[in-house]
Amino acid sequence: MNMAVGSQGGFQPGKSLRRAWFILITVVLCLWVLLPIYLLFSNAFSTSSGVSAFPKGIVPPFSTESVGFFFRYSGVGKAFWSSIQVAVLTMIMSILIGAPAGYSLSRFDFRGKNLFRILILMTRAFPLPLLALPMAVMFIRVGLDDTILGLALVHTTLALPFAVLITYSLFSGIPIELEEAAWTLGCNRIQAFRKVIFPLVLPGITASAIFAFVISWNEVFAAAVLTIEHRTLPAFILQSLGVAPLHLKFAGGAVLVLPALIFIFLVRKYLFAMWGIANR
Amino acid sequence: MNPRTLPYLLLLPATFFLVAFFLYPFFLVAWQAFATDEGVLTSKYFVKMYKHWKFDKALTNTFLLVLAVVPVQLALSLLMATMVSKMQKGRDMILYIWTIPLGISDLAAGLIWLAIFEQTGFLNSFLFNIGAIDSQITFLGYQNKTVIFLAVMIAEVWRATAIMLVILVAGIGLIPKEYYEAAEVFGASRWKQFTRVTLPLLKPSLQTALILRVILAFEVFAVVVALGGTNLPILMGEIYKWQFELQDSHVAAAYALVILAISIAFTLFFMWLLRTPREAQL
Repeated sequence: MNMAVGSQGGFQPGKSLRRAWFILITVVLCLWVLLPIYLLFSNAFSTSSGVSAFPKGIVPPFSTESVGFFFRYSGVGKAFWSSIQVAVLTMIMSILIGAPAGYSLSRFDFRGKNLFRILILMTRAFPLPLLALPMAVMFIRVGLDDTILGLALVHTTLALPFAVLITYSLFSGIPIELEEAAWTLGCNRIQAFRKVIFPLVLPGITASAIFAFVISWNEVFAAAVLTIEHRTLPAFILQSLGVAPLHLKFAGGAVLVLPALIFIFLVRKYLFAMWGIANR
Repeated sequence: MNPRTLPYLLLLPATFFLVAFFLYPFFLVAWQAFATDEGVLTSKYFVKMYKHWKFDKALTNTFLLVLAVVPVQLALSLLMATMVSKMQKGRDMILYIWTIPLGISDLAAGLIWLAIFEQTGFLNSFLFNIGAIDSQITFLGYQNKTVIFLAVMIAEVWRATAIMLVILVAGIGLIPKEYYEAAEVFGASRWKQFTRVTLPLLKPSLQTALILRVILAFEVFAVVVALGGTNLPILMGEIYKWQFELQDSHVAAAYALVILAISIAFTLFFMWLLRTPREAQL
């Protein structure tokens, strides 16, 4: 992305002082983000006695005791599996439903286009986790209560607007001439899409799928309201907060954070497509 | 395929999905809040909600949290975004580090700051090691509501500034470089450039960021539960309690409408406050 940059001249005395400040603030802000995460992990990869020891050094004894205990803790394995199932379903549904809409918005001008855009933007102005309340009632009626699919449907509502926006910006970034060239060479619309457009947008689509996964993986409120037997990991940890010992909480926290760290790293290039779109 | 119907066909699944799982449920939640199971309209659930002793506290705490958190986040994200826009070397890495909290859930953020604030936590250890205290302080006890509030505030600023940062960085990227060159020619200082060029042109992004952030801030939930248990009542926590422990989904729905009303009010407020000419919009 093209960034606005102030003029950078040669060395002047005032400039190097300013530069030192700039670097100092940058480093402090990096530490502000990273240090707490490090502290959580150092607690999670420690012993139960290490966690409750006082005073603690910055490097507590390393051990996989807590994390190992966490995974053997009754219900964790199941919750972990439920979380993955819900997140994968959310990922699949939001892409299958969202990508065609994104393509449609980027390639066609038609009546009602703005109406759909308003619908998408409206999802941002509403507190979506609250949807879980009426859904709890609705799902009992149709037999979807306490199911993986039911929760995935609610999570898809959270992820769908992002899927639409990011695929919209992906498709908009590919000149229509490429498609037109394929048509003149004898491809029909579907072939042109499959052979020309699809390979080009695949990385972006993957990023958007990963983002949907993270949204579902992290969601607590709807998961806690909608599931009992099929609790996801965040819902399970939330429920156990009152009873679980400290080192279990931290191990749970680390297990929640780790996939998110990796995923955000993988999708970092596409973060801006998700939000920047509203400015265009 | 007919090119006139194709766009509608492609939009159909998404539209259907949003109508069924987004619009319809909001009518349902309103119905749940205003009607009994037998379908009789009533305001008794709102009365019940309002008369409950925790309602005032939950509402006040939530508002105070939003007022304490969002301005700090706005300032911090503006600072970070302008810094990012001035970086050349290492920009991508710094931006990745600063946006890490974007992937971290509110529950996990609560647990992260619990590791710092709990009784044998890192803050106590640090204060002890430098000799500032002689024994552990119970930061998060029920008698220390202000400290719980501060801890939640810090955790929220830590976690959710990244969302605003990403939106603002994208927004600054859209401001033409020539504007700054022109400002330079006329001798505008850095601060003047920021207030006269960056801020006005950043209005649409600021609007998006503030609307999104304020709405999410009113939904604050798991951070508070992780750090304060039930010691700091907030709106979402009350909804959860009514739905689960008290098994009264009608009162929970009434609470939901309160949050909804506040969210809509703030959305309209920011749309009015930071309105931009039509051509600058989506």
